[in-house]
Amino acid sequence: MTSDTRPLSLNVPEPGCRPGNTPDFSGFEIPRAGAVPRPPVDVDPDAIRDMAFSIVRVLNKDGEAVGDWAGALSTEELHEGLRHMLLLRTFDARMLNAQRQGKTSFYMQHLGEEAVSCAFSRALEPGDMNFPTYRQAGLLIASGYPMVTMMNQIYSNAEDPLHGRQLPIMYSSKEHGFFTISGNLGTQFVQSVGWAMASAISGDTRIAAGWIGDGSTAENDFHAAMVFASTYTAPVVLNIVNNQWAISTFQGIARGGVGTFAARGHGFGIASVRVDGNDYLAVHAVAKWACERARRGHGPTLIEHVTYRAGGHSTSDDPSAYRSRREAAAWPLGDPVERLKKHLIAIGEWSEERHAQAEAEVMDTVRAAQKEAEAIGTLSAGKVPSPRDMFEGVYETMPPHLIRQRQEAGF
Amino acid sequence: MIEAIREAHDVAMAADERVVVFGEDVGFFGGVFRCTAGLQEKYGKSRCFDAPINESGIVGTAIGMAAYGLKPVIEIQFADYVYPAYDQIVSEAARLRHRSNADFTCPLVIRMPTGGGIFGGQTHSQSPEALFTHVSGLKVVMPSNPRDAKGLLLAAISDPDPVIFFEPKRLYNGPFDGHHDKPVESWKSHPLGEVPDGDGIVPLGKAAIRREGAEVTVLAYGTMVFVAEAAAEETGVDAEVIDLRSLMPLDLEAIVASVQKTGRCVIVHEATRTSGFGAELMALVQEHCFYHLEAPVIRVTGWDTPYPHAQEWEYFPGPGRVGEALKKVMED
Repeated sequence: MTSDTRPLSLNVPEPGCRPGNTPDFSGFEIPRAGAVPRPPVDVDPDAIRDMAFSIVRVLNKDGEAVGDWAGALSTEELHEGLRHMLLLRTFDARMLNAQRQGKTSFYMQHLGEEAVSCAFSRALEPGDMNFPTYRQAGLLIASGYPMVTMMNQIYSNAEDPLHGRQLPIMYSSKEHGFFTISGNLGTQFVQSVGWAMASAISGDTRIAAGWIGDGSTAENDFHAAMVFASTYTAPVVLNIVNNQWAISTFQGIARGGVGTFAARGHGFGIASVRVDGNDYLAVHAVAKWACERARRGHGPTLIEHVTYRAGGHSTSDDPSAYRSRREAAAWPLGDPVERLKKHLIAIGEWSEERHAQAEAEVMDTVRAAQKEAEAIGTLSAGKVPSPRDMFEGVYETMPPHLIRQRQEAGF
Repeated sequence: MIEAIREAHDVAMAADERVVVFGEDVGFFGGVFRCTAGLQEKYGKSRCFDAPINESGIVGTAIGMAAYGLKPVIEIQFADYVYPAYDQIVSEAARLRHRSNADFTCPLVIRMPTGGGIFGGQTHSQSPEALFTHVSGLKVVMPSNPRDAKGLLLAAISDPDPVIFFEPKRLYNGPFDGHHDKPVESWKSHPLGEVPDGDGIVPLGKAAIRREGAEVTVLAYGTMVFVAEAAAEETGVDAEVIDLRSLMPLDLEAIVASVQKTGRCVIVHEATRTSGFGAELMALVQEHCFYHLEAPVIRVTGWDTPYPHAQEWEYFPGPGRVGEALKKVMED
């Protein structure tokens, strides 16, 4: 030890802005829309390392779609995309209220992140499988899963397809390419790789999409998924939704000293891309590129969707306790609904009037579904699943000890 | 027993192309204990392959494969290595069916060598079966001989739910009665070493009576079955030795019938005692056989310490300790 050696100290990263501070995103580098070129789908991951440090963006500040990644969607598809995001936003608002009214125990909304799952869904083919987290309900809404069934699940009523066994919003629909949500974190990421490996083992053409949040990339499952995806060149698209916050923990705690989450892919030789998660067109274009890459056998892609969680983590969370109330408004990538709306207006395919009308129609649709679901029941009233049901489905055939316990319970 | 396990894989892979086998060193090399030898050559690299050293990744990808519709049979190199995969097994494999209302299921077999007696120290000797019997949604199996190993493994592979398949590694090469100073005996000279050809299964949830007796029931599984038999022979106590074979589901009927007949019970396992599977067995015997019992039930188990290296035979519940328990339960 030399004489100038001082005691060590622990570095604990802090976000730039806590309650009471002025949000400052000046250090957040945002390339202009259209600046990142679109490589061929069979590109060597090494040749696009810079894409992990940039951000693919299509919509510019005037609402124009620019660059290589633009032009993949028809006007009709864009209208539908906007409708999906409005549906999800309205669905969220109604269900959040339903939770406040005691009709269910818990809810998680997507506010600010609607483009990620709604646009991604459009890049998949029937039969492909998502392994989602709890904040990708847009995958269901955009693939036509009945909204009333989602509500039945949230209410744990007698028509809940999961028979009241699972927490609200932990949907499951094999038919709609939506793997059963666990509720713990990260486990699904490596499972998506296994599903994709199974497709390859079987000589199938289907692909998988794994989903994880910025915070959960710190889990071992993330690392395992990357190793297996890399080793077996699995036909999978691995999505990190970086919404800046893991409950109260800012993204820097999970990210550590590395530049971006996408850059984690480099050590595994996985094509790694960042995309503007609040840009419906960009998310769709990058998803389409990555899905094609997987389907043609060129291997996995890691996509970091850069977005912002404008709402609380869940109904059990109050973000004003750990971040500035003004931070969401200051978020430089804007709001996904507003940006797509602006684009449609800019190309002469939308107007304020049509938007207001669409919002009203969406509200009617959601209200009607809610009325239908509540007519069946909610967690607090109406028809509920049988208590007998908790004993069912633990195994395919109920073993003797469970039969005895069910009898003991009186069901 | 290794050959029986290899054969079960072979039969299952030949019959159903959805059966895939992977794990650390299982591909080209055929596993550190050789249980998957030759399978890669016979069925190709996409159905039998090496995995990275990441147990939660092995189980996690296998769950994804099972959800897809394959039937993965995976090897965890030692049961002691399974802990990184515990979340995937407990929160995922065990619950897919229930939480999705059978929208997704998990027909998956997780094999792992278990138990001591090979100077493996604390990281190659453990018996963690109770960590899995405590989890709803899992089945837990532990054969004690080649014939059962093949039949139970085939039953596990054809089962629609996840099965944890423990292979007592001290029994891989022959029946072992706990007398470690005697020459190693081969399965060739033991009747249970004769393994029938074909795809016959041994059903999960059925115990086997290894030695009939009238005075005391010994509940055992895995390595302890032969130890219990030896203890009965050496003490002259007329013990009925029941090989549970499957811990979940458990053959409660066989246990109750025997204990009600004998009125005495000794429970033997190699795992640590506190909250071990023996505690569950003891509770069940008390609940179902209390008025037939003539003496307190005794447990003979590994001590509540890490599995030691040099002190292996002082830790291992050998025929001496089991014999003492048999004599005591007869005196009580």
